[in-house]
Amino acid sequence: MSVRELVVSHMDRVAKEQRLTLAPLTDDLVLLDSGLDSLGFAILAVRLEDELGVDPFAAENIALPVTLGDFVQTYENARR
Amino acid sequence: MPEGNPISLRNILVDGRGLGKRYLCGVDGKVRLEDLMLGSTLESPLAQVSGRSVLLKTRDHFATGLALIQLDGVARRIVLCPWDVPPDHLATLIADAEVDALVTDGEDARTPNPGVALRIGCSLMVRPAVPPPRRQHRTEWLLLTSGTTGRPKVAVHSLGGLTDAIKTSSLHSSVVWGTFYDIRRYGGLQIYLRALLGGASLVLPGVCEPVAAFLTRLRHHGVTHLSGTPSHWRRVLMIPANALNDLCYARLSGEIADQALLDGLRQTYPQAKIGHAYASTEAGVVFHVDDGLEGWPAALLNSSVDDVNIKVVDGTLRVRSRRTASGYAGSKDPLLDAEGFVDTGDVVQLRGDRYYFIGRRGGIVNVGGLKVHPEEVESVINRHPDVRMSLVRARRNPFTGAVVTADVLLNDQARVNERGNEVEQEILQLCRDALPEHKVPALIRFVPNLEVAATGKLVRPHA
Repeated sequence: MSVRELVVSHMDRVAKEQRLTLAPLTDDLVLLDSGLDSLGFAILAVRLEDELGVDPFAAENIALPVTLGDFVQTYENARR
Repeated sequence: MPEGNPISLRNILVDGRGLGKRYLCGVDGKVRLEDLMLGSTLESPLAQVSGRSVLLKTRDHFATGLALIQLDGVARRIVLCPWDVPPDHLATLIADAEVDALVTDGEDARTPNPGVALRIGCSLMVRPAVPPPRRQHRTEWLLLTSGTTGRPKVAVHSLGGLTDAIKTSSLHSSVVWGTFYDIRRYGGLQIYLRALLGGASLVLPGVCEPVAAFLTRLRHHGVTHLSGTPSHWRRVLMIPANALNDLCYARLSGEIADQALLDGLRQTYPQAKIGHAYASTEAGVVFHVDDGLEGWPAALLNSSVDDVNIKVVDGTLRVRSRRTASGYAGSKDPLLDAEGFVDTGDVVQLRGDRYYFIGRRGGIVNVGGLKVHPEEVESVINRHPDVRMSLVRARRNPFTGAVVTADVLLNDQARVNERGNEVEQEILQLCRDALPEHKVPALIRFVPNLEVAATGKLVRPHA
């Protein structure tokens, strides 16, 4: 599974658990408009770290991603 | 203390009930109290420590248990020192408690020379001794707090305060106490004193003795009363051969006793009374609850049983009684507030006519501005029938500051492979049904074990 697929599948799962409705998950989707709230993103980050073994947000001064594409890219970069 | 004001532990033993076949037992042997009254385990005459502040530091707490009976009433102070106190803390402890004598079994090379002039060896062997000196001191008993960070504080107690909660009338000489605790900590010391004052014998665990081995010894001695923390008891429930046929009282203290554990003990030991007690090194024994339910009746707040006053201030329990420590040695930090109450730092919540402990004030995790006590989440997770124990911790993240995750230990490790995913979903569902969503763990991890500290409490990482 690619990083993108993994991110999307976890977003789906978190949304389902939190009973939230997700916007169509395109790369240019602004995260704030995705339907996940900040708790949802917090849960997502913890689960992705568990699966990918990296927490890109642990680093100081990392730019917070704006779009879903940025978010996926952040994880792809962190894995390198 | 019910009868007058006996001045020392030794006097209580000599004057009180017949010593008969009563004993203290450790992993390396057994000493009859009668023999101890006639001899000594110290390698120098006891009179040498008269009026001194004695640091009692032995590898096995069994040696401490024997020495205490001899030192009380003779020394000015006894500092009960757990073996695992780090060397730099030891130096401050010696200064704070004005230690001028060391009683030690000195086997371990880790013991530094603490610069105390008088050093007396002690052992587990009772040798004939000259008649002991008269008991003339109201010895202070100094106990280290089990604080989780920084150097421990040293709480000053008296034998009168330490034994105030012990009712000697209802005990019988056939009682055999056991404890998973180290008797150099408040919870363990209570059991030690309970056994000595109540006409009983006492079986103690050895250094690093596996729980299963200790249970075998407890069975061998026909233990009737057994005490430990909820973490200790959860370990007991994980051992297949955990039967204790003579057990009539199982006592929990030191951590929150949740309903799942109380029910588990009730099933495993149907013949025994299951009780949980609330006490702390500073506050002393506050109350005990024997109705088999978690939490405690709100009526205790206004009852002043045994002159124990408890009140809730800003959601935290405060206690005033003659069982509290009188202060900290070597520190001006106040232990009591202006009205004589100890602030326990234990957060409670009223639901119906009962109060429930929900955690420590210092242990709160902040999830996007909302508070979570790890213990309240653990108590929900522990309700799942496959779960033995759990540890909820904070995980930082940039979106909410933190979220909670849970490390879960199952009764049967094979379950993780068999149906781990289902159990995970069931646990999450339990949490969603019982808790607001910021308290639901973001992640469940199944772990092969959870670390329990020398204090018997679950080791909590600092967020």
